[in-house]
Amino acid sequence: MSNKDKEVLLSVKNLEVTFHNEGRRFRAVKNANFDIYKGETFSLVGESGSGKTTIGRAIMRINTLSAGEVIFKGKRISGKISKEDDRDVIRSIQMIFQDPAASLNERATIEYCVSEGLYNFHLYKDEEERIAKVDKALEDVGLLPEHKSRYPHEFSGGQRQRVGIARAMIMEPELIVADEPISALDVSIRAQVLNLMNKLKEEKGLTYLFIAHDLSVVRFISDRIAVIHLGRIVEIAETEELFKHPLHPYTISLLSAVPMPDPQIEKAKKLVVYDESKRDHSGPKPVLQEIRPGHFVFANDREMAEYEAKLQEMEKAEASAK
Amino acid sequence: MSERKIVLSAKDIEVKFRVRDNYLTAIRNVSIDLYDGETFAIVGESGSGKSVFTKTFTGMLETNGQISNGSIMFDGKDLTQLKTDKDWEGIRGKKISTIFQDPMTSLNPIRTIGSQITEVITKHQGVSASEAKAQAIEIMTRVGIQNAEHRFDEYPFQYSGGMRQRIVIAIALSCHPEILICDEPTTALDVTIQAQILELIKDLQKELKFTAVYITHDLGVVASVADRVGVMYGGQIVEYGTVEDIFYDPKHPYTWALLSSLPQLGEKGKDLYYITGTPPSLYNKIIGDAFAPRNEHALKIDFVEEPPFFKVSDTHYAKTWLLDPRAPKLEKPEVINNLHEKIKKMTSKGGAFYVE
Repeated sequence: MSNKDKEVLLSVKNLEVTFHNEGRRFRAVKNANFDIYKGETFSLVGESGSGKTTIGRAIMRINTLSAGEVIFKGKRISGKISKEDDRDVIRSIQMIFQDPAASLNERATIEYCVSEGLYNFHLYKDEEERIAKVDKALEDVGLLPEHKSRYPHEFSGGQRQRVGIARAMIMEPELIVADEPISALDVSIRAQVLNLMNKLKEEKGLTYLFIAHDLSVVRFISDRIAVIHLGRIVEIAETEELFKHPLHPYTISLLSAVPMPDPQIEKAKKLVVYDESKRDHSGPKPVLQEIRPGHFVFANDREMAEYEAKLQEMEKAEASAK
Repeated sequence: MSERKIVLSAKDIEVKFRVRDNYLTAIRNVSIDLYDGETFAIVGESGSGKSVFTKTFTGMLETNGQISNGSIMFDGKDLTQLKTDKDWEGIRGKKISTIFQDPMTSLNPIRTIGSQITEVITKHQGVSASEAKAQAIEIMTRVGIQNAEHRFDEYPFQYSGGMRQRIVIAIALSCHPEILICDEPTTALDVTIQAQILELIKDLQKELKFTAVYITHDLGVVASVADRVGVMYGGQIVEYGTVEDIFYDPKHPYTWALLSSLPQLGEKGKDLYYITGTPPSLYNKIIGDAFAPRNEHALKIDFVEEPPFFKVSDTHYAKTWLLDPRAPKLEKPEVINNLHEKIKKMTSKGGAFYVE
């Protein structure tokens, strides 16, 4: 499977976001580079403060870039763009938020919540068409037309998140930025929302940028994963490749930290704590390099050689196991 | 197991809340024994009553709530009989301590970390200020705060989330409690920090030999810390047993459903299992098995009569009619069969996922 043949929907190039606070500068995202292919789920995984949400918000153009650019369908969408492009991008890139209760207007009916984008962009000929669109969006997410007249507080957490998804879907977007869409939900409801997101991806050919901190969820839903630490993308790989051959020490520590629902494994597990300051930083400045097709790791030449040796050892062990 | 010492014994606990003119029954006849030095995890969805139940151990129910039935025997006393804060003195915070989810709300933002720890020590142990400070610094060091002497005079905002939770643990343990209740202690923290905090509590437990009660919705956390597990649904414990019993040989359909909906068990391209419907309303009297309306394996009797606890083994009990000899034989769903083999295959696909 070569990534070269796939169509790139969104491309992030040398992206940097800097926040200014009382004269101090803080680089929240440092030189991020990645492509998102059409029809895939690309996940950004990291801890709080790692800059994963900031990247999502930079793509949504909520945060301004201090360097680099974002290309969507071959067009630059960061910085100053024409009014038509602006409208087009707002419609084609939609967002789903973490807390469905906070992202819906409590005093508006579900009908209004879902139609809001249509109103703003006049995406309907007449009332009839608008209502038909709302009904369709609600149906897509597994809600019923009669839910239209209700208010957000009348729904459970999972249903509210469905309304949040319907709100995004009604705009017929091509890319959805989903920022921790299931972290606030119960285990059983999580499964429903994940299934729904997968279903919509298949039916509508959607592309997702999925932002999360929980690797176990990410594994189920993603095609490719980027691991981000302190504003820096340290590793990008296809999902199974990343789980099979994690190379960067931070990726390894993140993988070991996720508790698995199996007492035998959990009780035998040894915790790997990652400490940036205790690593060997000798040698030239590291950059994101491709070590295997589609597998990138943030390293300098010395570290590259170490990772290469490790990878070969792992591949050898697998070959002999077969 | 049976010869182990019981530190706390709750019997037939029922908790009611008055909401406007209505009564809500949050806990319905829950009984449990806690053994000395064990880790007992209570797992369930939000609203299942897991927090409310453990709050009865420290008399911290909201003012509209009351224990309407049952007894909690601890240290020769029935805790349900204690009413005023004065009655609770000497137990709450001293013999039974609690760690809550959000460390920022448990700490006072405008007082130094040091004064908040020493307050507890002087209050419960009646030692001098300098002795309290020495003890506080010792316990701060023990929970992994480097340079504790210096950080003693800092404020909560100067600490990171993980460090704050370490302070909360230090405060909770400063009086050497017999029982430590950990109410979602790591839900607000990052996974890597979560792993460290869980490790810290485990280490401290080995050293100080307290009994730990975890409340969590994360089955991964349960697998990592628990000796025994109680699964809660609709204000009742529906199944309890050792952690191996619950993960490898679950008997209650709700436990099956909970395990089946784990995203870790999902296969690419297939839908994840999920539980349909919503949890029962606790305002109404629940007839039969509370899980029956959402249970695809429900029997007729589940809608009529509440099941008793059936014994599976000496350690393992489940409240489901499926264990009645007259019930049809039903195996647990395929997804959670051979759970250990499945997870093992996933975690060690030749990779360096875990250092084993």
